[in-house]
Parts: sequence; C-alpha cells; structure tokens
Amino acid sequence: MITKNEKYYMWSVVLVILLFILAASTLLALSSGELKIGLKEVIKLIIGKGDKASVNSMLINQIRMPRVLLGIAVGGALSLSGVILQGIYRNPLVEPYTLGISGGASLGVAFVIVLGLQLKLGEFMLPLAGFVGAALIVFLVYFLSSGKGNVSIERMLLTGVMVSFIASSAMMILMALSDTENLHGIIFWTMGSLDEPNISLIWLTMIISITGLIFSCFFAKDLNALRLGREKAMHLGIRTNLVTKTLFFLASLLAGVCVAVAGVIGFVGLIIPHILRQIVGSDYRILLISSFLLGGSFLVLSDLVARTIISPNELPIGVITGIIGGTIFIIMMNSKKKKK
Amino acid sequence: MTEPLLKIENFSCGYSSFKLEGINFYLPKGIFTGIIGPNGSGKTTLFRGIMGILPILKGNISLNGKNMSSFSLKQRAQHIAIVSQSADNDDIPVEDYVMMGRYPYFHRFQFFENEEDKTLAYRYMKKTDVFQHRHKLISELSGGEQQRAAIARALTQQPDLLLLDEPTSHLDIAHQVSILDLIRQLNKDFNLTVLMIIHDLNAASEYCDRLILLNEGKIHSQGSTEEVIIHQKIEEVYKTRVVVQNNPCSGKPAVFLVSGNLKTNK
Repeated sequence: MITKNEKYYMWSVVLVILLFILAASTLLALSSGELKIGLKEVIKLIIGKGDKASVNSMLINQIRMPRVLLGIAVGGALSLSGVILQGIYRNPLVEPYTLGISGGASLGVAFVIVLGLQLKLGEFMLPLAGFVGAALIVFLVYFLSSGKGNVSIERMLLTGVMVSFIASSAMMILMALSDTENLHGIIFWTMGSLDEPNISLIWLTMIISITGLIFSCFFAKDLNALRLGREKAMHLGIRTNLVTKTLFFLASLLAGVCVAVAGVIGFVGLIIPHILRQIVGSDYRILLISSFLLGGSFLVLSDLVARTIISPNELPIGVITGIIGGTIFIIMMNSKKKKK
Repeated sequence: MTEPLLKIENFSCGYSSFKLEGINFYLPKGIFTGIIGPNGSGKTTLFRGIMGILPILKGNISLNGKNMSSFSLKQRAQHIAIVSQSADNDDIPVEDYVMMGRYPYFHRFQFFENEEDKTLAYRYMKKTDVFQHRHKLISELSGGEQQRAAIARALTQQPDLLLLDEPTSHLDIAHQVSILDLIRQLNKDFNLTVLMIIHDLNAASEYCDRLILLNEGKIHSQGSTEEVIIHQKIEEVYKTRVVVQNNPCSGKPAVFLVSGNLKTNK
C-alpha cells in the first residue's frame, strides 16, 4: 500500500533514476563516435582537468557537447510539449506535430531553400523561417478554432490536423518544383539533425526549454483537473479557457523552437509521455518533469545511434527516433496487453 | 428571519436555443431540495448558471447574502461543490481524485497537498466508505463506488452547498438507496444544504424536504413534496397519465405509471 509520503518518495526515486539515465546518456554520447574516448578522460575534460589543447578536448567541447546539449534541450522540450498537449486535449495520441507545427516549419524552410535566401542572407534564415512558419500555423489554428473568447478543443485538434495536411501538401508542391540540390536540402532538413554550428542558438534553445519546464510546472494541478473534463475542471475553480490558451502557446513555442533549430524530429512527444504514464502514472506533477528528463536522454541516445550506426556517415535523427520510438511503443503496448 | 444560504431572483440564463427565465427560489441552510422536471426542462442549465459556467442573462444569485456575480470560479468552488451525472472513470487513484477537492484552496505555486488537505480527504473518504479503495484507480471501482468517490471529492471542497446532478441515474435500486441514504446522512450530520436534480419522482419524494418542479425553462411549482407531487401537476408537466398514492411505509406521495397513456397521444 502506498501512502502519500511514499508516493512522494517514489517520485523522488524516479527523478533520481531519470537524472542518472540522463547523465549516463550524456557521458556515453560524449565518449562514443568514430573516435572513441575513455569515460575517465571524458569526465576529466568536462570538469576542466584534462588537456584542453588535445584533439579529444576539441572533439568533446566543440563537436559532441553542443550536440548533446541540443539533444537534451530539444528532446526535453518536444517531450514536454507532447505531454502538455495531451493534457489539454485529453488525448494521448496528440503530439506537437499533430497540430501542424512541423508542417508550418517545413513549409517555411522549403520557401527559404527554394528562394535561396539562406545563401543570400545567411544560414540563420533556415531556423528563422522554420520558427516563423510554425508560429504562423499555430496562430492560424488558434484563430480558426476560437470564437467569442472560447476555445473549442475538438475544433482546434481537427483544424490542426487539416492545416497540417495543407502545409504538407504545399511543401510537396515546392519540392516538386525544386531542382535536385534544393530538393536534397529540404528533405535533409525535414528529417531532423542535431548538427547545429551556432552555440548561441543551442544555449537559447536550452534556456527556452528549461524556462518552459518551470513555467509548465505551475500548471500541473490544472492539467490534473482537466483530466476530468473542462466543465468538471471549472467546478474545481480552474479557469480552463485561460489555462488551455496559455499551455497551447507554451507547447507550440517549445515545439516551434525545436523544429526551427533541429528540423522535424517526430515521435519524441508521443512516445516518451506514453512510456512514463505506464511507469509513474498520470499525475502531471511528476509527468511534466520526468517527460523532460527522459525526452532529453532519448534524443541524446537516438543521436548517438544516428551518428555511429553507419559511421563515418550519419543517419537523420528523425529516422532513428521513429524506428526506436515505434518499436518501444509496440513492445510496451503488447506487454500491457499480455498482463491484462 | 435569517438570510437564506442561496437566493435566486428573477434569474435567467441559457443558450440561443433554450433559456431559463424568471427563476425565483431560495434555499435555507441545511435543507435538502430536489429539482424535478421532464428532459429539457432546464435542470442542468440551472446548475450551469449557478456554477458560473453559463453567463447570467438577467437577475442575480446570492450566496450567504453576497452577490455571486463577483465570485471567481475559484471562489465559487470554495462554496459550492457539484457531483455530476456521469461518473469519472479515468485512471486516477481514488486518493488523488478526492484530493482534487482541495484544488480551489491551492495557490498557483502550491505543488503538494498539506496535512490539512490530507486530513479532510481521509475524513470524507471514510465517511463515504471509499477509504479502503483509496489506492485503487477510479476506473477499477463499480458505478456506486465511483459516485461515492465523487461525493467524497465534493465534500473535500468543504462546500456550503452541494449540487448533485442525477447522482443515481446509472445505478441499480440497491445502490440508489445507498447513495441517497448517504446524501441524506451528510445533509443531517453536517447540516449541509443539498440541491439535487433527480428524475425518479418516488426517490425525490422519499428523500427531499422540498421540491422544485421545472417545466420548459420555468418553475412550474415548488414547495413540500406533498405540495408538488400531485397527480394533476405531474400529469400536466410530464404529459402522461399517472396515479399518485401515499407510500404505505413512509406516507410520502408515490407516483405509479399507467402504461399506454401518454397524454400527447390522446
């Protein structure tokens, strides 16, 4: 039998385990690659005791560490975005990309590539166009599904799915009209990658992710109440309209930033919250933070697989998250069915 | 004369297709009142108006002498709790579900329940006989147990007024009696004011002190059960032929249906 204190104790244990997994994933990702570096040396270099002029130090600090940091930030934010959206829509199959965020971002990037703006104005145009595309779609979905100050959750979901289809189709048109080089650029971007040379952008993503996590935690009890339905949540004093709008924009911002920086990386926002619901239950007070931590670990490990499995070549990370995520999802669903 | 707990004056609310109009009634503290009426007569709309889910179009509602139009949803939830018709069957542990009744008292940055919250939740889980199920999921409980858990959650809100929207509609007669006995007991033990929507006229007559009969968005009649459960009134509002006789055990009016006698068919 679990008492209240035991539940909080269990949550603490879960958080410690997830932090350990994140630390282990980070170390593994820093030490593995075409050139293997011993764990001891990795730890030394992280704490600043190693030879800073060595090749290993440059490899870790300038190549692998930025990827790991971006993996944690993007994986955490995508997972957090997924769990928030599933909470406000009361639907475990919703993820950031269901609402057209990836479609909008991809469309923005495809425009930039086709017009060659990244060559004229700089590489920063790609993430910028991705973010603007995602933001436009989010506002369009919101505008089309709200009226008289109220938000219709069902309409928002359906509008999101439809807008997503339209954006994807528009991108297909752009791809069909592109030359081979541009086509390759668009396809590669839409498959996602953590290879981001701009360290400032990586830190910005990290700050937005962590701020999003902290901010979302203030809404944990609102998300718990929403599990009973909007009207019953209102009976508990929750301002469901305000909460839904706020969390919708937060989730969209998180996903939009991730798509802008790392391209389309699917499945993280769907699979991680689902796995954690099986383990820690559906209380958002633990689900939000644990989703962030496990999402970060999952993406760091997926990136490790993506860059080592056919080394020296690299696979797009979106492909890996899809294969690994989908497989784990099916295994967990089947084991649950067998238990029943 | 002491101020009634709830006072509804010239009240109107609703939708574009249906409105409640000219609603006037008051509830003295500690009274158990039933709302009866045919489907679509406005019973649930009335509850939505009281809870602030629907905007008030006209008139006002006051609670303990204070006009409720200035109440936020949170303030309403600190004074009025509602048990809905549909039981909750999500995968929430019963204890956490009951503890949600403390949410109206949480501040934005409060993450965990305090000892007082826990004490109250435990007290009402024991009172409603779901304490032994507190580690089970709501979805694992029977319909009757789910309603008991919902009542425990509502009580944990420590309301002045408990609203119940057909709390026994999905239950067999044994569970109906069990839930209604529990509500009556809570009404007596805590001097809790109860306003309950109920379709079963006999149960309404048996348990309620007063009844409000709604018809087509207006109050048709209100008063003691003997004043409302009258053959002519029931036939007029429900448009069906009935026989009203006194229950031989309780002496309260009881309604008997007569088959094949819908008045609209005549």
